Amino acid sequence: MLNMDNNKDALSPVIEVSQVNKWYGQFHVLRDINLKVMRGEKIVICGPSGSGKSTLIRCINALEEHQEGQIIVDGTELNRDLKNIEKIRRDVGMVFQSFNLFPHLTVLENCTLAPVWVRKESRAEAEKTAMQFLERVQIPDQANKYPGQLSGGQQQRVAIARSLCMNPEVMLFDEPTSALDPEMIKEVLDVMTELAHEGMTMICVTHEMGFARTVADRMIFMDDGQIIEEASPETFFSNPASERTQQFLGQILSH
Amino acid sequence: MQREMIEARKPPVLSVGFIGWCREKLFATPTNSLVTVAILYGLFSLIPSFIQWAFVDATWAGASSSECSSEGACWAFISSRLDQFIYGFYPQELSWRVDLFFIQLAAVLAWLMIPVLPGKKYSLAYGLIVMPVTSWIILAGGLLGLEPVDTHDWGGLMVTLVLAMYGMLASLPIGVLLALGRRSEMPVVKTFCTVYIELWRGVPLITVLFMASVMLPLFVPEEIVFDKLVRAMIGIVMFQSAYMAEVVRGGLQAIPKGQQEASDSLGMGYWQSMCLVVLPQAIRLVIPGIVNTFIALFKDTSLVLVIGLFDLLSIVQAGLNDPAWLGTSTEGYLFVGFVFWIFCFGMSRYSQSLENNRQEH
Repeated sequence: MLNMDNNKDALSPVIEVSQVNKWYGQFHVLRDINLKVMRGEKIVICGPSGSGKSTLIRCINALEEHQEGQIIVDGTELNRDLKNIEKIRRDVGMVFQSFNLFPHLTVLENCTLAPVWVRKESRAEAEKTAMQFLERVQIPDQANKYPGQLSGGQQQRVAIARSLCMNPEVMLFDEPTSALDPEMIKEVLDVMTELAHEGMTMICVTHEMGFARTVADRMIFMDDGQIIEEASPETFFSNPASERTQQFLGQILSH
Repeated sequence: MQREMIEARKPPVLSVGFIGWCREKLFATPTNSLVTVAILYGLFSLIPSFIQWAFVDATWAGASSSECSSEGACWAFISSRLDQFIYGFYPQELSWRVDLFFIQLAAVLAWLMIPVLPGKKYSLAYGLIVMPVTSWIILAGGLLGLEPVDTHDWGGLMVTLVLAMYGMLASLPIGVLLALGRRSEMPVVKTFCTVYIELWRGVPLITVLFMASVMLPLFVPEEIVFDKLVRAMIGIVMFQSAYMAEVVRGGLQAIPKGQQEASDSLGMGYWQSMCLVVLPQAIRLVIPGIVNTFIALFKDTSLVLVIGLFDLLSIVQAGLNDPAWLGTSTEGYLFVGFVFWIFCFGMSRYSQSLENNRQEH
């Protein structure tokens, strides 16, 4: 679903990945990956572990280096130029499986650190923005606690707020609910769903198929470092084209 | 059947209070009792005679060891030479400048260590950046109308504190840089730092000091006259920063990779993520190791006596050669040991309080 009020950019891709290849030593982890993500589009990537899905999204903000091919984010090409890398990282937020909050800083300080030091906002301004986002993820009352005092679900919501404080164009989610207890998964998915409805461009690596069904504009299935299948959620879940996708869905949807 | 309620009674006398504690902690088993008795006997036979010697029979003032009683300690040696032990050969009429240096040092430390005092950030900045400069101006003079005092005239406790202060202030930041360098992905930086650390760690400090004082002048042109004290200081810093680097590296390795990735993903540069995210956590983890290195550094300053600098230990030793004070070496060394212990114990307590603070969150 595209937001028509949005400007001309609505129909241009915000991320373009073309012919990307990556190796870990001799191991070929990403093979000829091509992917275009439109502004406002929500993409869910799934696949068995070791299929390269995390590696793919970690290449998009240069946490991993790709050896062949081209990645363009919001008009900037990702190459060895540190300036480009830092610009892309400012525009792309990322949420990790293990939260990675800064344990020595309070929740509020976690959210204001990068805006103050990277975007050079004033502290007051950054704190105001941070409180707005903490309210959106429904934990403004925890602002002065340390991450260690929060539950996993709360920590992950802080991590989402921390990324949003940088006002990113795109949000990457790397298995955001995999490290959570079952009763906390919903609170994180609710925040992500709300974010999706507000029009954020999102790429999510997740096994939460319920979330995928309601939110995704496009499903991507990866195996052995390649994109096996790319389809709308309706087609993907009811009528997957490849046998491997069918097998995978059979396994994760059977219980 | 129980017809009446049982009243609460007091516990048996032998299980609570002082007696209970003694029974449980000191005399629980035969071996335990034996150990307790043996240690107490040892203490009782040593401590009273020590107190007798050090305090009761001691002579506190006098002009030579012949005035001291032969039964007790001759503290007159210390009291009559205390000025020299503290100020060395610093001109007497200028000794207020040394006092000023002591006061500044004490004030900065108190500001840092007393939790209720505000502005810790400023005290740290003052201690790290301003104090080294002002201390040197105060002591060496030659600026602001202060009469220059050559470092040859420095000595005693003042030299010990000068060496320790500059050694600590310089070795921590240099150690941090070396630790970061050793983990760098740039091969040249990494190799340089690794070689540096392994080289300096593998050499005894005495050798380093000899090199600094005897060999360095052979290699540099004669016109460049390096102050002997400064050379010793550089030697100590080079040596201790290698140790510090390894301590800090231990802390860096304990920080999960995700911390670096999270700060990368927020667009922070290398120095930002190091200074704001990784180092604050790493350094807090290794406070005990850092203080341990500081304590070693503090005590190692006494090795400068081998190159003829008069720190506290060597000036006391020199005093022992005075014919007027023959036979007072026990008192001299006890005094030096006590002074060193006071400073080191203080550092150790401060590190414990920092650790307790850390555990609060």
